Amino acid sequence: MTGLPAMHPGPGPVPVLALGDVLLVTLQGELHDGAAEQLQHDISRRIASSPVPVTGVVIDLSGVEIIDSFLGRVLAEIAASARLLAARTILAGMRPAVAITLVELGLTLPGLSTALNVEKALSLLGRASSAAPTAHLEEGA
Amino acid sequence: MADHDTAPGTAKELGAFLERRREQIAQRWADAALFRTVFTVSRDEAVEACKAVLDALADVSRSGRLEDVEAPGFGTVRDQLGRMAAARARAGFTPVQIAGEVAGLREPVTALLRAEFQDDADDERVTACTQALAVLTSTLRLVIMETTVSAGEELIARQRQQLLEVATPVIKLWDGVVAVPLIGTLDSARSQVVMESLLEAIVDQRAAYAILDITGVPTVDSLVAQHLMKTVAAARLMGAECIVSGIRPAIAQTIVQLGIDLGSIITRAGLADALAYALTQQGIVVSARPVTEAGPR
Repeated sequence: MTGLPAMHPGPGPVPVLALGDVLLVTLQGELHDGAAEQLQHDISRRIASSPVPVTGVVIDLSGVEIIDSFLGRVLAEIAASARLLAARTILAGMRPAVAITLVELGLTLPGLSTALNVEKALSLLGRASSAAPTAHLEEGA
Repeated sequence: MADHDTAPGTAKELGAFLERRREQIAQRWADAALFRTVFTVSRDEAVEACKAVLDALADVSRSGRLEDVEAPGFGTVRDQLGRMAAARARAGFTPVQIAGEVAGLREPVTALLRAEFQDDADDERVTACTQALAVLTSTLRLVIMETTVSAGEELIARQRQQLLEVATPVIKLWDGVVAVPLIGTLDSARSQVVMESLLEAIVDQRAAYAILDITGVPTVDSLVAQHLMKTVAAARLMGAECIVSGIRPAIAQTIVQLGIDLGSIITRAGLADALAYALTQQGIVVSARPVTEAGPR
């Protein structure tokens, strides 16, 4: 909704979408180091300058093939700085191969929340319409 | 082993002797348990097999490489020797007993050798020939052992591969809940396969909960615990919560005594408890159907 000029044209920067009080970032393919740092700045600035208080940042990794130690650190830093600004960061849709690589690298990203996909990430943030955990069969009290 | 330096002349002589007495030796060997129990169809078959071994031995003798396990002469009978050893092993014989039987083949040949040189006054020649024969039989024994061992190794490698393929099913227990019942010792290769198949299942089933059941894991040491923690961490990165279940009392004690910290992992005693936890977290309650009226299902 906030069409701020933070979205730069060109191939480098990653677009940051605002969905109400949640920022959604979709990473695609390979993210080079400069773009990752740029993203980190963008997100903090967007949280700080948003007219609506931002409660969560969802980073969609389903299109990412490789996460190296640098990108892993940047993700952790994004989460840390977002937390300082009272927003919660959730990584969504990480691929199995990426998860295995990160674990083998010893980067288990302890401070970060994760979700299977963007939908689940939004419901984790209490943002989705049917926010209550949906019971599939019988629902109890 | 210095005595084993056999002069090429002696080796050649031994080869010639083996060739000359081929028929007699083969007849005697055919009665030995090693040949008799393997080639059961007819005695002629056993004799033929003996002759094949004898030809190989004579060939090796002529080439003068009495101590060489890799001597080309053995190549032709390697298969047959392997089958013989395997048959004996199936009959419940230990490698040592098989080796003893092979060594027993030397006796009749030595007797024939002595008989042949009886009139000969040259004692040294007889001794040299017997020694050469001893070296040759021990080499034969080595060849048989080597064949047996390599056959066993092939079998082990094949079975290990089969175990990898078979023993890691991922089961869907409920909507959004998958489980892996781990059976047997977890080594690096297996835990890698487990991790990959579990993560794939999490994506396919859109599972929010993954249960690792270690009821079938006999022991947990620090390495196994590390593998478990890696799998749990990878599942968490994917956005699924991992529960380790099936920790037997003895294993719980071992983990505590080893000082392994599984504090960051949710653990439950049994698979049922883990499933109950996963359901509760999702707000699902499974209850018995009310007695008086028809329940919801």
